[in-house]
Amino acid sequence: MPPQSTTPRSARSTSVPTEGETLRTDHHTVEVVSDSGEGAQTCGRIFGTVSARMGNGVWSVEIIPAEIEPPARTPAGASGNRIRLGSEEVTNWGDYSDLVVAFNEQVLLSRHRLGVLADDATILIEEMWAEDDDEEVREAWDAAMEELAQADYRIIRVPMEEECLEVVEDPRKGKNMFVLGLLAHLYERDTDLIEDAITRKFAHKADAITESNIALLHRGLDWAEENLPFRIEVPPTADEGEKVVMNGNQAVALGTVAAGFELASMYPITPASSISHYLGRIFEDYGGILHQAEDEIAAAGVALGASFSGKPAVTFTSGPGVALKTEFLGLAIMTETPLVLVDVQRGGPSTGLPTRVEQSDLLASLYGQPGDAPHVVIAPATIEDCFHAMVTARRIAETFRAVVMILSDANLGRGVQPFPRPEPEVAWQGSPPDQSAVPEDKPPYDWNERTGLSQRFVPGQAGGQFSATGLAHDEESVVAYDYDLNQHASEMRSRKLAVLQSTLTPPEVHGEDSGDLLVVGWGSTKGAIEEAVDRAREEGLSVSSLHLTFLSPLPPGLGEIFGRFDRVMTAEINYSDDPDAPYITEENRRRGQLATLLRSTTLVDVDSWSRVLTEPLRPMQVHGAIRDRLLDESRAATTGGNG
Amino acid sequence: MRTQGCSLLRRAQDQDRVLEMDDYEGPQARWCPGCGDHSILAATERLLKNEQIAPEETVVVSGIGCSGRFPHHIDTYGFHAIHGRALPVATGVKLHRPDLNVFAVMGDGDCISIGAGHWIHATRYNADMVAMMFDNHIYGLTKKQTSPTTPQGYATNTQPHGTYLPPMNPLTATLGVSNVSFVAQTAEWVPQHLNATLEAAHHHEGFSFVRILQRCPHYTSEMFLDAVRDPDRIELLVHPDGVEAGGGLSEIYEHRRRHDPSDLDFARRLAEKEGTDAERIRLGVYYRDESRPVYDRIRSVPRRSAEERVQTLEEELDRHAV
Ligand SMILES: Cc1ncc(C[n+]2csc(CCOP(=O)(O)OP(=O)(O)O)c2C)c(N)n1
Ligand code: SF4
Ligand SMILES: [Mg+2]
Repeated sequence: MPPQSTTPRSARSTSVPTEGETLRTDHHTVEVVSDSGEGAQTCGRIFGTVSARMGNGVWSVEIIPAEIEPPARTPAGASGNRIRLGSEEVTNWGDYSDLVVAFNEQVLLSRHRLGVLADDATILIEEMWAEDDDEEVREAWDAAMEELAQADYRIIRVPMEEECLEVVEDPRKGKNMFVLGLLAHLYERDTDLIEDAITRKFAHKADAITESNIALLHRGLDWAEENLPFRIEVPPTADEGEKVVMNGNQAVALGTVAAGFELASMYPITPASSISHYLGRIFEDYGGILHQAEDEIAAAGVALGASFSGKPAVTFTSGPGVALKTEFLGLAIMTETPLVLVDVQRGGPSTGLPTRVEQSDLLASLYGQPGDAPHVVIAPATIEDCFHAMVTARRIAETFRAVVMILSDANLGRGVQPFPRPEPEVAWQGSPPDQSAVPEDKPPYDWNERTGLSQRFVPGQAGGQFSATGLAHDEESVVAYDYDLNQHASEMRSRKLAVLQSTLTPPEVHGEDSGDLLVVGWGSTKGAIEEAVDRAREEGLSVSSLHLTFLSPLPPGLGEIFGRFDRVMTAEINYSDDPDAPYITEENRRRGQLATLLRSTTLVDVDSWSRVLTEPLRPMQVHGAIRDRLLDESRAATTGGNG
Repeated sequence: MRTQGCSLLRRAQDQDRVLEMDDYEGPQARWCPGCGDHSILAATERLLKNEQIAPEETVVVSGIGCSGRFPHHIDTYGFHAIHGRALPVATGVKLHRPDLNVFAVMGDGDCISIGAGHWIHATRYNADMVAMMFDNHIYGLTKKQTSPTTPQGYATNTQPHGTYLPPMNPLTATLGVSNVSFVAQTAEWVPQHLNATLEAAHHHEGFSFVRILQRCPHYTSEMFLDAVRDPDRIELLVHPDGVEAGGGLSEIYEHRRRHDPSDLDFARRLAEKEGTDAERIRLGVYYRDESRPVYDRIRSVPRRSAEERVQTLEEELDRHAV
């Protein structure tokens, strides 16, 4: 039974503003959808930024058309932005959209069919299509309205085009500003801040353009004031300190700079490419080089060559690219050359779902390299983490002569969220490569017998000449034919992970320290899982959650924490067999990837709940899974406990 | 025209230090006796000594193969990388550290089979390095399998009834790549020519692709036997902008053709005959063009201090401020 079905219906029924009233709520999700090119994304982005500046928590995601140049007025062409506003920090995209502004009924249909709208969502729709000259368009409108009537939406028709024509000649350019005006009225946004944002957006264009956009904004505000009988108030919490707003890929790009990387290499791949679009624009101002290689293998090779000869370098990619870089990762690990790889995960295997969200690269990242290849894997949980993970990764890579893989995903990569402004430090930049002479007889792998750590020699250092090699080698990097040596060198490479682990602290439990159920997550799902746990706790369920940022090495204390809960379950966006499915037994069941990892490392009977619905987790899904585990007695009996 | 200015920059910093051959000598090489790789190693050490290049400012990157062992036997920095992928690593070194002297060592399978994509693109990047392709027409390390340059009909362990296809011509292929800037062919059994060719390659600023015909007595002892024994089977391409027939070469090799390495069309025609016109093997500089964009040069950006970077980052963060 899918957990959604056990979720109370009220989860889909959200905040419905009543006639003549202002709805006060601590969360509201609004989306703006249009054909691509009509500016819904700009409208949504400004709305999100202004809301953040007003002190609201914001999480926005772009709605991306399924095709590059979709025909107008088709469901496949839906383009726009979905913004979840909150009184407090918003950590995830939420469940359903409560309010939608659609520029035509076809893009609205696409959202309806995807099931992303609350059952009783409020919809503002451009009404011109109902009276279109073209009979086909009128028929399409009627058919769509019939289909939409099956849900309990409250549909409000808005004469967008007609209103815009009062201000501009070509309403295709500018309807988005009229819509921004509607939203500004509905959500009581600060008009000065919006005007400021519009002025900045069109700063490089003629003044007349800014003026007409501001006029359109006011037309929208006025129309809404006269015609919309309700408002929505998401009261902001007092602002605590400076914030920045960006998506996770931008955060990775800026983190790359903050961490002192000087060379980054990549081959274009969705959804990682936008990191390089941003870096390509700014990196040279920092003395950095972004190299677009001929393929992902070469991108890894260039980064490795650069690391070998100086400061650690980084390579960005997504799943298929990770597969190609694998042999170079092994070489970096064997030669103990620092290297950082960012994997912005997408759906897989193979080409999979290039633009969609999945967390299926965990085990491949940990174990995908042939041979014993100990290395570090970390997964940022928030957009802010994406920035700081780069700094952490560079330092670990350098200190431990290690490969560090960073697992971001399409949810973080494209989600936009305000977070406390980082305060970059000069020390984060690291030092330029050491060029001092190497003392005589000091070998290139002068392993500390206890820690496995050694000092790296960099070309230019007199007396440090050695040949790094992917062949098994001794302290001198001389090819080893001696079996004991291989055992020893393997120990040294592995020991570094244990040393790193000894510096980590046990992760903090969200909720009570003990209880009936512990939900464990990793990566971008933290916000959704914690929100789900909070909801379940409000219902009186005894559930807590734990989030892992370090996946290799795992942080200390997991077994002890798990032992305080009757049951432990992971929530992940990767595939696992449902225990009730045909043929599936406790023995052959394929579990979520984190669950598989935790079972082997803690010997705890960790259960998993996972879905591959190609989108970020919704709190209600996890909430449903929690209820399912805790309230369904038969299930509680069959899935093993901690005892 | 030799770009002395440039190579001077890359010489040993310490003016008083005089580097000798044994400053470059690594541990005893483990190639088979009579293997051509020994003489390429000696020629490379000689080049470094002649140019007084500091060993610590030199990085030799190799792939996998018998040829791939090269960096272990020379006392410079080295990176014995993975099969087919010496060039990306070498490119990374040069991009990040343009001050270093970079050599890439590859086998024929390494460079033009598994590494073919990188070879084509490295030619086009034209980063400043010497790329040496040790061409023994066979896979040595893995025991006599067909390589892309194995002659048609030649029996190997994977194609015991004779290699099926005509061999690839690495010279025409390289000369066909946009932005190619230096292509030469030499043979390890003609040390004077090998030395002169490596010197020309080193002095060329850009990607200097040198195909070195190399004997593998262990598996293909008969492969170059005729050419080794009979100077009549060799034609030297001579030119002041390429390699001249100095060092006694003119006494041994009477077939000499003056070829201006700036003439790309003719270089391609000369290269085309390679292999099909089995009459003579041509050694010399086929092509050389100093005017091509050099990747590490056009990508070089002024370094910024940590303080400057943090300052600029603060300004960038301002753009994201809410
Ligand atoms: C990815 C990968 N595939 C295959 C091999 C096995 N292998 C090692 S060297 C080699 C070919 C060597 O031939 P060549 O490049 O001509 O070098 P040579 O030994 O003749 O110098 C092969 C196939 C490998 N090391 N890695
Ligand atoms: S097998 Fe051939 S190429 Fe390899 S070392 Fe022996 S002679 Fe040289
Ligand atoms: Mg070979």
